[in-house]
Order: sequence, then C-alpha cells, then structure tokens
Amino acid sequence: MKVLVFAEQRSGEFRKAAMEALCEGRRLSSDGELVAVIIGRGAAKIAPNLAGYGPDRILCIENPLLEQYSTEGYGAALEAAIRQENPEVVLMAATSMGRDLAPRLGARLGVPVLADVVGLSFEGGMLQAVRPIYAGKLLMKVRSKVSPGIATTRLKAFPAAASEPSKQPSIQPFAFEIAASAIRAKVKQIQSEAEGTIELTEADIVVSGGRGLKGTEAFKMLEDLARTLGAAVGASRAAVDAGWRSHGDQVGQTGKTVAPTLYIACGISGAIQHLAGMSSSKVVVAINKDPDAPIFKIADYGIVGDVFEILPALTEAVKGIK
Amino acid sequence: MNILVCVKHVPDTETSVKIGADGKSIQTQDVNFVLNPYDEYAIEEALRIKEAKGGEVTLLSAGPENAKKSLRTGLAMGADKALHLVCPHQHDSLTLAQGLAEVIKTSSWDLVLCGKQAVDDDEAQMGVMLAQILDWPSVSTVIKLELGDGMATAHREIEGGIEVVETPLPAVITAQKGLNEPRYASLKGIMMAKKKEIAETPCSHSGSKIEVLDLSYPKARSGGKIVGEGAAAVPALIKLLHEEAKVL
Repeated sequence: MKVLVFAEQRSGEFRKAAMEALCEGRRLSSDGELVAVIIGRGAAKIAPNLAGYGPDRILCIENPLLEQYSTEGYGAALEAAIRQENPEVVLMAATSMGRDLAPRLGARLGVPVLADVVGLSFEGGMLQAVRPIYAGKLLMKVRSKVSPGIATTRLKAFPAAASEPSKQPSIQPFAFEIAASAIRAKVKQIQSEAEGTIELTEADIVVSGGRGLKGTEAFKMLEDLARTLGAAVGASRAAVDAGWRSHGDQVGQTGKTVAPTLYIACGISGAIQHLAGMSSSKVVVAINKDPDAPIFKIADYGIVGDVFEILPALTEAVKGIK
Repeated sequence: MNILVCVKHVPDTETSVKIGADGKSIQTQDVNFVLNPYDEYAIEEALRIKEAKGGEVTLLSAGPENAKKSLRTGLAMGADKALHLVCPHQHDSLTLAQGLAEVIKTSSWDLVLCGKQAVDDDEAQMGVMLAQILDWPSVSTVIKLELGDGMATAHREIEGGIEVVETPLPAVITAQKGLNEPRYASLKGIMMAKKKEIAETPCSHSGSKIEVLDLSYPKARSGGKIVGEGAAAVPALIKLLHEEAKVL
C-alpha cells in the first residue's frame, strides 16, 4: 500500500507535526511505499532531514510561485503529485496550513477529507479514522468510501520518533508548472508574534488562566510561571471575553484543543466547553479557590486556594528544581 | 455588495452530548440547537459590510427542517433574506459543499462568508471546499477583513502569527473568533424576522462518501487528589509532578 505525506515546512523548517504525520504514514504503509512531498524553495536542501522518519522517496516541488504558502498553489501542486503517484492514502498535519490545504485538495480530487483525526487504520482497502467531534466530547469512527483516503492528523495525537534509516530515501525533483494567474489569494506579509512565544497547540506544558485571575495583572504572574516552565499561556473563554487575553489563547470549544503533557488550570472553574478542549492532556493540575469547582473532578492534582498567593510560590518552587 | 453567508444549526456548546440508540448519531431530544457560534461572526461581518457599503445579505443553510431556526436567528440579526436547502440526510462535507455550490451558482455574489468550522462535527472544511467547487479563491480562519475595490485583504490566523492575504473578489472567507463582536438581535429585528420569507430548495444530493461506523465516549478522566490548601501545598505538588507523574 502506498501512502503519500505532505511534509509541511515554513522558511526551511519542518513542523514537528509533519514528522508525526510521516511516522503514522510509515506505520500505515508498513511494507508498502511511503512518499513524502515537500513544497517550497529549498525543498531539496532540507529533504535529507526527513530520512530518519521513514520515507522511501521524497518529492521536492520548487516552483518560485510556491515560495509562500497559498491554498490554490499548494493545492494544485499536491494534486499533480497525487495524480502521478496514485497513493491509497494521503496524510498531512492538521495545522493551520493543513486544515486550509486538505479541503482544497479534497475538492480538487473529488474525495472527502477525514479531518483532524486521532487514530488511523487501513481496512478493506479504505482509510478508516477516529475523529473527535463536539470539541472532543465524543469520538466518531469513520471510513472513507472512496480512494485515496485523505486525512489530517491532529497535533500531538501521533508519536514522532526518528530512527536510523536502513537505507537513505531517494530524493527526486517533481516538475510542476502553474500560471501566476492561477494563484489569486496571495500572502502579502507574515506578522510574527514576539520571539520566544510558544505555540499553544504544540506546547508540552500549558499554563491557563480563567475568571479567577480577575484581570490582566494576574496573567503577568501566569506568564512568569510559563516562562520558568517553558510553557505556553492559555486562557478560558471567560478570560478572553473579558478582554484579558487575545482570542488566539482560548482553550476549549470555540477555541483551541490542546493535549500537552502537563496542563495547569489556574482560576478556571471547568465549564464543559473548556474541559472539552483540554481533557486529552496527560496530567492536569487545578488551582482554584472553590473546592467544588468541576475542574477538580478531572484534575490529577488540585490545590484549593488563592491563585494570587499560589502562583508566585509555584514559580519559585519550579525555579528551585530547574 | 451582494453577500451570502452559509450557516449551520448545531447543538449549543453547553450541551453534554449523548450517543443515540443507533450508536452512530447523537440524542437530539432535550438538546438546545443554536446558530453555530462561528457563523455569528460571519453574519456580523456581512452586516457591517452592508452597513458601510450598501447591498444585501442573504443566508443559506443546508439541513433538516429545524435549520430554519438558525436562519431566523440570522434574519433577526439583520440579514435580508434566507435560503434553506432542505437536506434531511447526513452528508460528508464535500457532497454538501457540492449541493450548496449549486444553489450559490444560481445568483451572482461578491462575497461568501462562512464560519471557520461548525462546532458539531468540527471538520472546518466547508468554506474552502465550496471555494474550490466554485473555482474561487478563499481565505480561511480570518480575524480581520478589509474590502477594497473588487478585492479584499484578510488577516488569517496561523501558528505563531498572522498571514496577511490579498484576494480578488468574489471569494470565500471563513470567520474565526476575533473577527468582530456579533450583535444581539433587537426585539424589532426578531419581530421583522418572523415576516421575512425563507425560500426552500430541495437537496438533490444523496448518500455520503464517508460512512460513520460508530460513536464512542472518550476515556473519562478520574478525579485526582487534592494535594492541599494554599501556597503551603506547593512543595507537595512539585514533588508529585516530579516523582509520581514525572512531568517536571
């Protein structure tokens, strides 16, 4: 069985999630063929970095019109690679790029997309997947009735481990032409967040604040703790709607779904929408002054008390063990 | 500007969803269905564009009979007209996008707005699929939109930053939280919405290219231990995270 994986890169750096998709592609294809596709300038130069993740072949698409991501340009390029390779399965990570690209690709090929999956298998010649729905309140097992089966893999749901390759993958250029007029929506500029900001959905540790923080001041204490831990800062909907944090920090339904190794919820009561977005975290710590807060029912460890008193103590204690 | 907004009728995010008797769909009795929250941002943006530049805002929803409720909600916010693609059955997003595209093609539009995802199936792909079927450009997960002459500049949320994307119109734009603050329907709006007509079109598509095998509940987290009270409990917590959970 042949699996094709789109290995996402920006400015010459592969996304960790691309490695997750690649490793899952390797597992699915087992003794079949795993083909990775890299799109963008310098693709061939960075291709060897994928070797440890198991691709048999790597196709590099380096058209100057594909220097920046565009849904139309990348969609057309990936379609061309798929029409040549004819894989049974196509995977990419469910990043902001993948979730924009996969539906474009699916509609170009006339096949549906199994979006944001947390489990994959190949049965009876068709791709089967488990997807969280209702922000993770339920899991839905689905099977594509058409081929190729396309899926986007949820971040951190699949392990990514490099190993010493038994043989080096063959790195091949893939010639792809596109008219400039075919790319209509164009990226003009990328505004980056402050250097050192850790992306919420990719962080190993997330420190989140809610209504109990009472304002932006306390979030500075939360940021101190996050810096000490190397964590990303999240927020509950209440904190976002109050204007204390930007919407991009919101964890939960109508926000982001996170699954870090450690999630520390500070002053968050644990509304069902919030719990849906963080319940897949490995270890959950809750700090709340209300001992009856629902968050304690799902937290591995809880401290009842005032976040204003506990947060600085926690930051100091973490410094002590580092 | 002739603007179309695609909307979906979904369970309220407060719903504790339960699996139905067939094991493949959810129980719908006693569930409060509402206009998909992301679609509220799409409607609000359309109304603001109309208020600034003139034009008309039309809503389109595919779904069973109760989809009309969300169309009424949007009409009460201030949309002018509504179309209901009556689809009693479940479809995959692509098949549904093809059905919606057929309706969209019967008129001429400057802009189609959608919520970035529906909070029921969380697929987040309808808007972009629609754009491809219509052969239009698209920008998804947009938190800022500025319209120029025959073109738009959209700020798209990506990991660690924002992509500023320019696109000619017509285009499909999908709305992310942060785009605007949706208005509440006024009493007058609600009264007027009752008089507005919802035009029906039957759905010609049947079947789905994705088969639902079953639904299940995620593994429940068991409540853990209360380590202690106040800052005095911090050393014990750190010890547990370090030695028992091994995450620090």
